[in-house]
Amino acid sequence: MRWFLPSPHNWGIGMNNDYILEMEHICKRFPGVIALDDVQLKVRRGTVHALMGENGAGKSTLMKILIGINKMDGGNIIFDGKEVQIQNTHFALKHGISMIFQELSPIPHMTVMENIYVGREQLSANRIFISKKQMAEDTANILKKLEMESINPKEKMVNLSVAKTQMVEICKAISYNSKLIIMDEPTSAISEKECDHLFKIVKQLTREGVSFIFITHKMDEVFKLADDITVFRDGKFICTELASNMNHHMLVEKMVGREITQMFPKEEVDIGDVYISFKNLTKKGLFENVSFDVRRGEIIGLAGLMGAGRTELMETIFGYRKLDSGEIYINNKKVTIKGPKDAIANKMALITEDRKLTGLYLPLSVKDNMIMPSLRRFSRGLLLQHRSIDKICNENRVNFDIKTPSINQIVNNLSGGNQQKVLIARWLMTDPEIIILDEPTRGIDVGSKSEIHKLISNLAKQGKCIIMISSEMPEVIGMSDQIVVMYKGTVKAIINRKNVTQELILENASGLET
Amino acid sequence: MAHSSNQKPIKIESNSFGSQFSKVIDKLGIIVVLIFLLILMSLLTDKFLTPMNLTNVVRQISFIALIAIGVTSIIITTGIDLSSGSVVGLTSVVVASAAHPGQFPLVVTILIGLSVGLVVGLINGFLVAYAKLPPFIATMGTWTTVRGLALLYSNGRPVNDLKDEFTYLGGGRFLGVPVPILVLIAVAILTHLLLTSTRLGRHVFAIGGNEQAAIIGGINVKIVKLAVYVYASTLAALSGLLLTGRIASGQSALGVGYELDAIAAAVIGGTSLTGGIGSIVGTISGALVIGVINNGMDLLNVNMYWQQIAKGMIIVIAVFLDSQKKKAK
Ligand SMILES: Nc1ncnc2c1ncn2[C@@H]1O[C@H](COP(=O)(O)OP(=O)(O)OP(=O)(O)O)[C@@H](O)[C@H]1O
Ligand SMILES: [Mg+2]
Repeated sequence: MRWFLPSPHNWGIGMNNDYILEMEHICKRFPGVIALDDVQLKVRRGTVHALMGENGAGKSTLMKILIGINKMDGGNIIFDGKEVQIQNTHFALKHGISMIFQELSPIPHMTVMENIYVGREQLSANRIFISKKQMAEDTANILKKLEMESINPKEKMVNLSVAKTQMVEICKAISYNSKLIIMDEPTSAISEKECDHLFKIVKQLTREGVSFIFITHKMDEVFKLADDITVFRDGKFICTELASNMNHHMLVEKMVGREITQMFPKEEVDIGDVYISFKNLTKKGLFENVSFDVRRGEIIGLAGLMGAGRTELMETIFGYRKLDSGEIYINNKKVTIKGPKDAIANKMALITEDRKLTGLYLPLSVKDNMIMPSLRRFSRGLLLQHRSIDKICNENRVNFDIKTPSINQIVNNLSGGNQQKVLIARWLMTDPEIIILDEPTRGIDVGSKSEIHKLISNLAKQGKCIIMISSEMPEVIGMSDQIVVMYKGTVKAIINRKNVTQELILENASGLET
Repeated sequence: MAHSSNQKPIKIESNSFGSQFSKVIDKLGIIVVLIFLLILMSLLTDKFLTPMNLTNVVRQISFIALIAIGVTSIIITTGIDLSSGSVVGLTSVVVASAAHPGQFPLVVTILIGLSVGLVVGLINGFLVAYAKLPPFIATMGTWTTVRGLALLYSNGRPVNDLKDEFTYLGGGRFLGVPVPILVLIAVAILTHLLLTSTRLGRHVFAIGGNEQAAIIGGINVKIVKLAVYVYASTLAALSGLLLTGRIASGQSALGVGYELDAIAAAVIGGTSLTGGIGSIVGTISGALVIGVINNGMDLLNVNMYWQQIAKGMIIVIAVFLDSQKKKAK
């Protein structure tokens, strides 16, 4: 009778064996939203599988089910040939699934090595104490293998830049020696160079048999890296295709369900007089002697590598930090900005880079998040005008196409891209003249991206001054009238729209001589 | 393009001697305050800097410091424990009634005392980690309940007639050093190692720093939280036990308000109420600061009411300075 019992070695030979992961009929609903409606995802062993879809399509939700953070309402998961019930993250990690999260999750006051080994700290010979030496050594080895020696294993996470924090998260996921690594927008916070670096590592690992699920909103990355592509739209499965059978255009159409004609709808605008000018702005250790002007109707693109000081510069201009020296003129009048309050009074708006840290009031509703800086406008005497607040917030929800069941939804429950739209809506409600956008389309899908670009272009047309930090070359080149390139805290070049090339920006951004 | 080839790049992440030095000061800030106070007090009164008085100060604070060590661990996980003072009271009457001469061996008496803390800690831990009550509410509940139990158990009357062995624990000396001080030193060293060098300890910090990240890292957050609450209440019981030995009487009203003194010591010592930051060295220093100020004002004959006012102001100033330090970054 022996031959009736399948031996584990024969188990699954044939088609199934090609797949490291098969998820089928997965359903998940949240109050008011069907996040996943009978979707499937099949990942071949040793490949990079891109999971694509607009904001709120359900990509992160599916991945959180796979890693054991969310529980699915229905469906089945076969991992490495076996049907599995993923109870919690511990289970997933133990069975060889790890994840780089869309929203970074560092433990700020602990060291790099403690962050990488959290939950599986190595013990020394006595089995009681943690072996810090061993951990430091192992961490150094991982960092070396991934060619990231510039990160010190004993540095505290708070002291790292966003890019480095992201690289540590990547190290952490890889250090589990997993069979399947999920990367939810891993490149949204890192520069091109680090990005190439990451891709090199990914390619190398796939050759060793590791599989990847890769979520991104950057189209070029998909075709650079992915073998297969699966598309979701509004919580529904649309298709799975070989990347080689797809092109940019087809992919966008599948994701959006309609055609997008123009990615960078930059309109030619009559550029007015200088409205705001910065003269020799210096903040020790961050930036030095930064000067440039912004004219009415002009879009300034601020390019540079991570750590070039762009975010710090903008935060300082907005009064979040104190200037050491330098002057700011608005309409030829010198202004002093002691804090964000002064900046807002001078009709500035800053849409920050890190949504969770400096942007959103996470436990509050979409409505509260939108209305906060404009409360004065919506109160009569001491009381708030709830009816008009609701009205304008609902208008914003429609205008910006924010996917949420209601404006009373808690903003923490929105998908990343939709959170960004809430922030943009918030600041535009304050009716600013000078709008600073720090990575405005980070983590935003193609459809909304072109909408946000249209919006920026429109604002310029109304004569507003726009300063846009962006690490995405096509965005900078496509949208800006002038491009200010920064390198290690100094302005390396100011390039006109007419003369700009990708190479020119890169050379200056990396400090090369031209 | 206007740029020179010998442009000096600005160092973004500095690692200079200056920043190293300020890191050390950062860490030891409270110790600097302590040294300043010691010098000030010894200048103001010559009764301060005597071996006897100093021993006195340390013994006085040792009961609060033991509780503060426990509550520090809890605060690091972003929790709080308001029930510790009540645990001191309940332990006092329970342990005293098990400490009459010829009743139990000393070890059993001690175990009975500590088990009071163990049980309260389990309840606190369960309410916080499993029933997901906010720690403030959960321990406020046990705070009054446990005090009520102490009164009920003793009928509000003191429990006297304790064996000498037992009173030795609170009032005796070993090699010339008061026993509570020795206990405090042992517990402080043990907890310091636990927090800095064991998995459990690091998990305590991880949970306080970013609970989500801790869960994702596969840490069993519930068990760690339970353990921390049990540990803290057990230390409160230990404190109650020693204090009962010291006054040679079981009192249901013992330890009223100790929970706040303990929290104050932790906070003055740099423990962050938002979690993820704290140290035993800091907490002990915090307790010593409170102790030195109280003792100094006693010696200078400052009246009780002023002492209260001074203590309140010190807490506020300490936390204010701490927040300024953070803002400077
Ligand atoms: N905890 C939650 N409670 C309520 N709704 C939620 C929750 N988490 C996600 N959702 C909703 O589920 C839907 C899918 O969200 P998900 O985060 O998976 O999108 P996504 O495809 O990752 O989008 P993005 O590209 O913006 O990151 C969204 O409509 C979102 O608002
Ligand atoms: Mg997502």
